[in-house]
Amino acid sequence: MPDAPGLELIRGEIERDRPGAVLATSFDREQAALIVDPAQLLAVLAWLRDEPGQRYTFLSSLHVADYLPAEPRFGVHYELLNRDRVERLRVKAMLADPGDGGLPAIDSCVELFPTADFQEREAFDFFGIEFRGHPDLTRILLPEDYVGWPQRRDFPVGGEPVTFTYNERNYG
Amino acid sequence: MAETPLLTEDRMTEIMTVNIGPHHPATHGVLRLVVDLEGEIVRECKPVIGYVHTGIEKSCEDKSYWKVIPFVERMDYVSYFFQMQAYCGAVEQLVGLEIPPRAKYLRTLFLELNRIHSHLVWLGTTALDLGAISMLWYCFRERDRILDLFEMATGQRMHTRYFQVGGVIEDIPLGFEQKCRSFAEDMPVRVGQYEALLDRNEVFLQRTKGVGAVSRERLLELGVSGPLLRAAGEPWDLRKATDYLAYPEMDFKIPVGTVGDNYDRYRVRVAEMVESSRIVAQCLDKLPDGPFIAEDRKYVLPPRSELSTSMESLIHHFKLVTEGFRVEAGEVYNAIESPRGELGCYVLADGSSKPARVHFRDPSFVNLQAFRDMAVDTYVADMICSLGMLDPILGGVDR
Repeated sequence: MPDAPGLELIRGEIERDRPGAVLATSFDREQAALIVDPAQLLAVLAWLRDEPGQRYTFLSSLHVADYLPAEPRFGVHYELLNRDRVERLRVKAMLADPGDGGLPAIDSCVELFPTADFQEREAFDFFGIEFRGHPDLTRILLPEDYVGWPQRRDFPVGGEPVTFTYNERNYG
Repeated sequence: MAETPLLTEDRMTEIMTVNIGPHHPATHGVLRLVVDLEGEIVRECKPVIGYVHTGIEKSCEDKSYWKVIPFVERMDYVSYFFQMQAYCGAVEQLVGLEIPPRAKYLRTLFLELNRIHSHLVWLGTTALDLGAISMLWYCFRERDRILDLFEMATGQRMHTRYFQVGGVIEDIPLGFEQKCRSFAEDMPVRVGQYEALLDRNEVFLQRTKGVGAVSRERLLELGVSGPLLRAAGEPWDLRKATDYLAYPEMDFKIPVGTVGDNYDRYRVRVAEMVESSRIVAQCLDKLPDGPFIAEDRKYVLPPRSELSTSMESLIHHFKLVTEGFRVEAGEVYNAIESPRGELGCYVLADGSSKPARVHFRDPSFVNLQAFRDMAVDTYVADMICSLGMLDPILGGVDR
């Protein structure tokens, strides 16, 4: 992990070239996170990956959390790893729900990190986050014809009706 | 069988799309493969997953922290201790709970037993795919000894719910140490016997050597970790790279391969079993005395014996089993080395007694993306071999 001053240094370097790209930093429970502007996410990820002093070349995990009732509610997390220094850095992009059935959207990072392919599809599947530029953004774990985004916090547990074919056939 | 022969004009060159699975014994679970074949050669391959998706991550959001443990165990059903450790480690980091040394050693012991168990299941079933049926019985014989050990210490053979937030639920019983030690002594001998059966087996060697190789740069791009990556020559193991549990005090090696073909994958895992048995023996040798679970009654159940004498213990017990403990808002990503690679657990706490989000970065799920690179332009039979060597557990993939 970069420590808290190290995190501010990273922020400073990013800010020099791209003012406004980093919205905030957080250092909590020994874990460092950069909260970035979703519009400049790819630039920040590419910089962290390719800059000689950074080299966060391994994307460990990409996942989404729903911070309802906070606004913006969706956080897309990129857990980056520098394997030489064994340092982890979380990059977080917060997305608001556009409402009216529209999907929150963010650029896909598959070009930068091919490992994000399945994980972005999973995030789309469960949270309805649209990854712009993903080669094949379809549902991955749920059936293709499934309606709804079940990992969102406003989707109830047990929101899925259980169909009993026996009952339907005989009494339905 | 490694090189793909050039197709001559008189052969059929029409591409045929074939569906394999989801219910097929060679797919090691409910994995469906949509494969484009040119004759017998795979030209395109797409894994289709989700057949055993059970919404575990969603269900976890409705359970208090300690009730999540048995849920997450059931994701990757052959490496259940690892899921428990990833999750409990994340929660301990969230609440800032230090676990006692004895618990660290016990956890390490059971994780390594579980690693051997997982590799045994892999070796047995993969060798079975390649026609070495007897391997399955030998591997499952040893696996049964591990399950006996689990049963002895935890009461369950699988899905043991042994790790708790703060330590482990019970100390190991009398007689366990001796049984475990004899297993750790026998295991390297058994591994030698497996090697004698496979390493001079011409069919096995021809089916695995030079098949399904993927370069380490490509594997790293695809986020692959664990034995697959190590077989390609990258000595990356979170047990060495990061400090968790008792691993810093253990003496063990990281086996690595050279070219990253299926034979290297087999060699790396087999060598890991020997290293794991060494860790098991060291855990028993160095096992410190003291409590096996943290003292903090806000997170840890008081001992049963205190309940009839201490009102305070009774209150703590009542609070813990009814509401559970509350965790201050925050989020943690905790990664450990599972038998298949980096197993990460992300937990988001919102201040209540239930996690707001539990996400598992399952290594099988991520590693499966490398399958296309392994299988394309090889024979169908080699594709099955590569799939076995990839070692995906579909319960973990689909969650």
